[in-house]
Amino acid sequence: MANKKNYQKTLFTCTGWFVSLLLFFPIFWMIHTSFKTELDAFSMPPRFFFFDATLENYGIVQERSNYFHFALNSVILSFGSTLLGLLIAIPAAWAMAFRPSKRTRGTLMWILSTKMMPPVGVLVPLYLIFRDFKLLDTRIGLTIILMLINLPIIVWMLYTYFKEVPHPLLEAARLDGANLWQEIRHVLVPITFGGIASTFLLSVIFAWNEAFWTLNLTASDAAPLTAFIASYSSPEGLFWAKLSAASTMAVAPILIFGWFSQRQLVQGMTFGAVK
Amino acid sequence: MKKIIANLTTLATAMVFAFAALAQTKLTIGTVNNSDMVRMQGLVDDFKSKNPGIELVWVTLEENVLRQRVTMDIATKGGQFDVMTIGTYEVPIWSKKGWLVPLAFDAAYDVDDILPAIRSGLTLDGKLYAAPFYGESSMIMYRKDLVAGVNMKMPQQPTWGQVYEIAKAIHEQDNGTYGICLRGKAGWGENGAFITTLSNAFGARWFDEKWKPQFNQPEWRHALSFYVDLMNKYGPPGASSNGFNENLALFNSGKCGMWIDATVAASFVTNPKESKVHDKVDFAQAPCAVTCRGSNWLWAWSLAIPAGSQQSDAAMKFISWATSKAYLELVASKEGWANVPPGTRTSLYKNPQYLNAAPFAQMTLNSINSADPVTGTLKPKPYVGVQFAAIPEFQGLGTSVGQQFSAALTGKVTVQQALENAQRIADRVMRKGGYY
Repeated sequence: MANKKNYQKTLFTCTGWFVSLLLFFPIFWMIHTSFKTELDAFSMPPRFFFFDATLENYGIVQERSNYFHFALNSVILSFGSTLLGLLIAIPAAWAMAFRPSKRTRGTLMWILSTKMMPPVGVLVPLYLIFRDFKLLDTRIGLTIILMLINLPIIVWMLYTYFKEVPHPLLEAARLDGANLWQEIRHVLVPITFGGIASTFLLSVIFAWNEAFWTLNLTASDAAPLTAFIASYSSPEGLFWAKLSAASTMAVAPILIFGWFSQRQLVQGMTFGAVK
Repeated sequence: MKKIIANLTTLATAMVFAFAALAQTKLTIGTVNNSDMVRMQGLVDDFKSKNPGIELVWVTLEENVLRQRVTMDIATKGGQFDVMTIGTYEVPIWSKKGWLVPLAFDAAYDVDDILPAIRSGLTLDGKLYAAPFYGESSMIMYRKDLVAGVNMKMPQQPTWGQVYEIAKAIHEQDNGTYGICLRGKAGWGENGAFITTLSNAFGARWFDEKWKPQFNQPEWRHALSFYVDLMNKYGPPGASSNGFNENLALFNSGKCGMWIDATVAASFVTNPKESKVHDKVDFAQAPCAVTCRGSNWLWAWSLAIPAGSQQSDAAMKFISWATSKAYLELVASKEGWANVPPGTRTSLYKNPQYLNAAPFAQMTLNSINSADPVTGTLKPKPYVGVQFAAIPEFQGLGTSVGQQFSAALTGKVTVQQALENAQRIADRVMRKGGYY
């Protein structure tokens, strides 16, 4: 029996490691390539160990692009859109979780259905709206768009977390004289903090990596790190090593951010899993 | 009181004018990440010193993304770009739609110095709508050591049959050297461009005079069968995913005996920093078959001003600077003559310093001069363009047809099936477009 348990444990551990390594490999390869010369980056069979490591690509990228301008835009857009999204989604999710009506389910499905449409389908009308409201290449315009893109996911995640909260807890708060704001502020948010934190993190990551709208609605002023990466792809000339260096610099902040907040992320993901 | 108000008004007006005078004109330039473009970004201090009131903002994007961005911006008059980098494909279509500002240069610019073939591709009704930044055709780059090693000689302009024989002789798969590397990646600007020039040489054309697709004609069958056979026997494995960059990497690492691609690659393959075979490369003109007409393509990355730009005067100043003779001299003084943007000006090819520094210069010039976008096929054609047809439908159609060619290369479909599919797709697109 003990042997079987050990065997199972080893199997699960090995599977876990295998899946983790598989998922991490593209990131590893990107970082690895960023230290190669362009010729080594393209060499076939690929070189894992025996190549002349160089920091030249990072130097070229630093010299050619204003990295901090793009990074600052990414921070403002991803955090701004997420905070704005939470401001709208928390009351919406509260209403649907604790004051459901006969149309709640339909509303939730409708919210989700907006994610089913390919973004390119609304590109031209949105571009024209942005042009007329002078929002092209502005942080405000892009913050609103990114917020709208992630809003369905935020509402759905928060709704799922709020549904796990026992109603008597909120009723008890109301009996103690708490008004709606106090009920949300002092009872609901602290209880579901893990869930809200993981929603926040996921939304920031999605906004950080969003490349369709950020490339199509910006030129220079509001361009985030996705535009920074796109500028290193070349139709004529070797570019993989420089592109890898640019990509490593672009994902580094969000990787570090995700690393430090992984506890909240896992806590949120498993919220309500065990009652 | 009235006097004070009058004085304040005068002061305020003066301040407004002073600020306006100090304010910089912001010029947004959309461009691609090619080495010549990147080099230009490093040399703009010269332009700024001559035009202190103009601030340059660069938007560098991947070619297809840039094409999509500028197309939408220009079609919706978004005004996001003041100068855009566009190709020979876009210029005739966009200028016809009135999306581009005609360019008027002063005498010092010397418009007549622009290579005639390149200039004709950027001109509509006698007006120049874009100024070429660099131009290119296609040619053969080959390993002279390998060809000499099998006691063969590459003619100045070989036939496809001779290319086949040389590829066969120098192909050493066991040593990792492949006879020939050609584009196989699907896309109108990838395998679509290359296979069109190959088929032109076999006497094929995309459309007849009535815009009817011609993929059901024997010329196309011969051309595509030849390409698939050549690549399957003497090409590298996985050729269907190889575009310009992949083949450049293969050639530079010594794995290709021959490579037929853009003339601009010559400076990369002869660069000791990038190429392991830089001293073993020689050049020849693109191969002919039943004809030489249309056997090498013509392309120019050019700078144009969109009709929606609010800064067309400043944009004109910038284009005049970036595509001038003086700019070529500036690049030469800072980076050497070999790094000067090629394929735009006749005077460059008369400059002995350039001819000495760039061993590929004469071949590039011959290739560009021999390309004719208007009558460049054996049988008459209704479209402008050597490796493309300058109609709006071509981007989508060229890519769909390119996917069929790529599928034939991998063996997913036969050559016959690929051509039947291409004919069906093209027929549908052309009917929908109202061509017949």
